[in-house]
Amino acid sequence: MSTVTSQVEVPAGVNLPIYMDNHATSPMDSRVLEAMLPYFTNKFGNAASRNHSFGWEAEQAVETAREQIAKLIGATAKEIIFTSGATESNNLAIKGIAEMYRERGNHIITQVTEHKAVLDTCKRLEKYGYRVTYLPVKADGLIDLEDLKRAMDDKTILVSIMAANNEIGVLQPIREIGKLCHEKNVIFHTDAVQAVGKVPLNVIADNIDVLSLTAHKIYGPKGVGALYVRRRNPRVQIAAQIDGGGHERGMRSGTLNVPGIVGLGKACEIAQSEMENESAYLRGLRDRLNNKLQSELDYIHVNGSMEHRLPGNLNVSFVYVEGESLLMGINDVAVSSGSACTSATLEPSYVLKALGLGDDVAHSSIRFGLGRFNTQAEVDYVATKVIDIVKKLRELSPLYEMVKDGIDLTKIQWAAH
Amino acid sequence: MAYSDKVIDHYNNPRNVGQLDKASTEVGTGLVGAPECGDVMRLQIRVNPETQVIEEAKFKTFGCGSAIASSSLATEWIKGRTVEDALAIKNTDIVKELSLPPVKIHCSVLAEDAIRAAIGDWKKKNGVAEPATATAAAAH
Repeated sequence: MSTVTSQVEVPAGVNLPIYMDNHATSPMDSRVLEAMLPYFTNKFGNAASRNHSFGWEAEQAVETAREQIAKLIGATAKEIIFTSGATESNNLAIKGIAEMYRERGNHIITQVTEHKAVLDTCKRLEKYGYRVTYLPVKADGLIDLEDLKRAMDDKTILVSIMAANNEIGVLQPIREIGKLCHEKNVIFHTDAVQAVGKVPLNVIADNIDVLSLTAHKIYGPKGVGALYVRRRNPRVQIAAQIDGGGHERGMRSGTLNVPGIVGLGKACEIAQSEMENESAYLRGLRDRLNNKLQSELDYIHVNGSMEHRLPGNLNVSFVYVEGESLLMGINDVAVSSGSACTSATLEPSYVLKALGLGDDVAHSSIRFGLGRFNTQAEVDYVATKVIDIVKKLRELSPLYEMVKDGIDLTKIQWAAH
Repeated sequence: MAYSDKVIDHYNNPRNVGQLDKASTEVGTGLVGAPECGDVMRLQIRVNPETQVIEEAKFKTFGCGSAIASSSLATEWIKGRTVEDALAIKNTDIVKELSLPPVKIHCSVLAEDAIRAAIGDWKKKNGVAEPATATAAAAH
């Protein structure tokens, strides 16, 4: 009798389930938690309280965090605005710039594999009379700089291109994009949520004017993020989207989440001191995982550029195996899939489709997101397990059998349903 | 998504995986779904020409766990039934048996389609008119 249940042995030192979905969120580093704890209890002050020590203490902690964040991205502390996370940062950046520079122009350029927090924000602006260009990406996931040049016109006020993609980990050429923007006097915003703390970023060298980041992707807490807003060459102005007490230089009202901010600051400090070693470590794990999969399985391919990529990302299509059924077989490993069956919309990943992948191949993709706390033993277990389940599911796959028999699947009249 | 125990059981131990000789006149093959929709089922039956009983059923499925379970269950249910009895199986029966959530109902529809397609293929091969009768079956 055929069986899909895996009998892969769990090596010593590996605890199940294994978390390998660090692009979704990351576990909090205990050093971050430790830094935060006093600010929940004894040091509970409101950072905006100017007339007593509780407030001063909180304000001091917030300013330290501002400096830690600024240092990681080559900014100055005054250029950091705290938010509730990257979705808010992206909304504030794009809507705030669109509103502030409306008289200069109404054209915004972004690209098709952005996060929904950028794409849906742009779509909303289209309803309010803004014109948005969504640049395509090449098969490797990168935009073509020539396309960007061509898209810019005298009404262009903002270019928003992500630093690293959340699904395929592809790194866009942000330095060159920023350079083009500055030549044309256009503001450059980058959603750097996945890139901050993972690859070196410097807002000066990389010509970035506005940058979104969040704590929970870098081993910090959820519910806190920041927006870098350049203060000179050029000075960027952002119209507030939340009105109130005028916190954060008037750009974002609301009492500051002091423990969260302390956590974000600490997470940035750790990322800065460990990035070099950590990225080499993660690249090693990632390549080990990829080599093992490639050596044991046919009809698999990596989605997106291997060269311009986050060290911890591997996005693979296991062709002729449906992604959700694969996830079901590796249910002691937390990863995610581009399969429609795993999404609320029942549509396969728009990011993978933008690379030119057919829906069938997009349905077969798995995203592995390696992080600080993954080990080589975990990678070995995951590789063995995935190989085992893919082989078993392919025994069950009529498509794999047909291809092995030399049948061209594209020549079959499929009845779409 | 949480799967029912029955879906998990069929996924872990799929029944009747394999293939039958497509060229045989006793075998009917149904291939339904499409790769770009994320599920393709191939269901095959071998029918006793005398009794019209489905003596063997095999499947292979590319799809999610619910699609695999629906087709595995379908083969289990049609085995031992006559062709006409097998046609009485409705997708809603599969939904109920496997406790499929609304987003997975299409998996059961596909399994019902696969049964119909396999039987249709067998009927076509054997010159059986709809509805199949003993006389028509004997005519081939």
